[in-house]
Amino acid sequence: MYVIIAGAGKVGYHLAKLLMAGGHEVMLIEKDRSKVDLLAIDFHDAIMEGDASTMEVLKEAGTNRADVIVAATGNDEDNLVICQIAKLVFLRPRTIARVNNPRNEELFTGLGVDASVSGTKIINAIIQEQVKAGDMMIPLLTLREGDVEIVEVELSRSSHIVKKKIRDLSLPQGSIFIAVIRGGEVIIPSGETEFQPEDKVLALVKRSSEQALREIL
Amino acid sequence: MRAMVIGCGRVGSVLANRMDEAGHQVIVLDRHQQAFRRLSEKFSGERIVGNGLVEEFLRPTLQEKTDILFVMTDKDNVNLMIAQRVKQSARVGKVIAVVHDSILAGLYKELGVETVCPTDLVITELQQVTGES
Repeated sequence: MYVIIAGAGKVGYHLAKLLMAGGHEVMLIEKDRSKVDLLAIDFHDAIMEGDASTMEVLKEAGTNRADVIVAATGNDEDNLVICQIAKLVFLRPRTIARVNNPRNEELFTGLGVDASVSGTKIINAIIQEQVKAGDMMIPLLTLREGDVEIVEVELSRSSHIVKKKIRDLSLPQGSIFIAVIRGGEVIIPSGETEFQPEDKVLALVKRSSEQALREIL
Repeated sequence: MRAMVIGCGRVGSVLANRMDEAGHQVIVLDRHQQAFRRLSEKFSGERIVGNGLVEEFLRPTLQEKTDILFVMTDKDNVNLMIAQRVKQSARVGKVIAVVHDSILAGLYKELGVETVCPTDLVITELQQVTGES
């Protein structure tokens, strides 16, 4: 594949390295001359100086034969124009824009950018996932593209279900206990199983029932 | 008429002054407070310090009916992005973006963004002066 990457900042640089290691042909376009000089030692002919949001530079980079154009500069307005020229003038099938301000994601999609990637949004999603784990429900495995999860919960002394039997609990629809780990031993639970503090409970739960299950535990 | 001018530079400020003098309601947006020094002392319109790429500062045109918006910062790509964003709003009558790059100005015109290219205008003027049209 031939991939053109605009912007040799952290994102563009590492993406270029990764793609080249994967055997792809890459052209990195960078506005800042000193950066180009520095990176030329590494990239040789695979880097050029220029403003990628102009027709001349994109033409010189061989955009007409590129499979993918990635606009990875730190300016959303430049990334938008780069993708739009690649799409509308060079008729490229795949344009990807880095979105620095997540609020621009929607705008870009409506304006001829095939995919936008927001670093801020991705990091937020990961942090939120971690925060969820912090309230004791650890996702172990995700099935069916995230519809169903196997989660692990360690019961604290204050948990509502400690000293209760499974048959006395009303579990939310779309969730089931599949194992209890107690002191290194795995118990396959039945209705008679009584929970104890520090039990690790494994449950299969639908994404839609996750919140309800968390409330019970 | 209600008009908004984004970018209070040499051209934007004169345009704002003239429209204000002509009795129109004018809002000027610029990232730098100092830019407003270019406005006439008699200027009676609204001055807003802010970045046109940030949605909050486009509210005067996005939330209230505006007849015309001039996007004329010194950066072509900024102007093109703002113009395309604002054009999605039904409350704005006409949007005009100043684009210095002649090729880009032509391209976006084809896409339905109304552009004015100072470079082209100067070239036309110079050709007339030299008698080569």
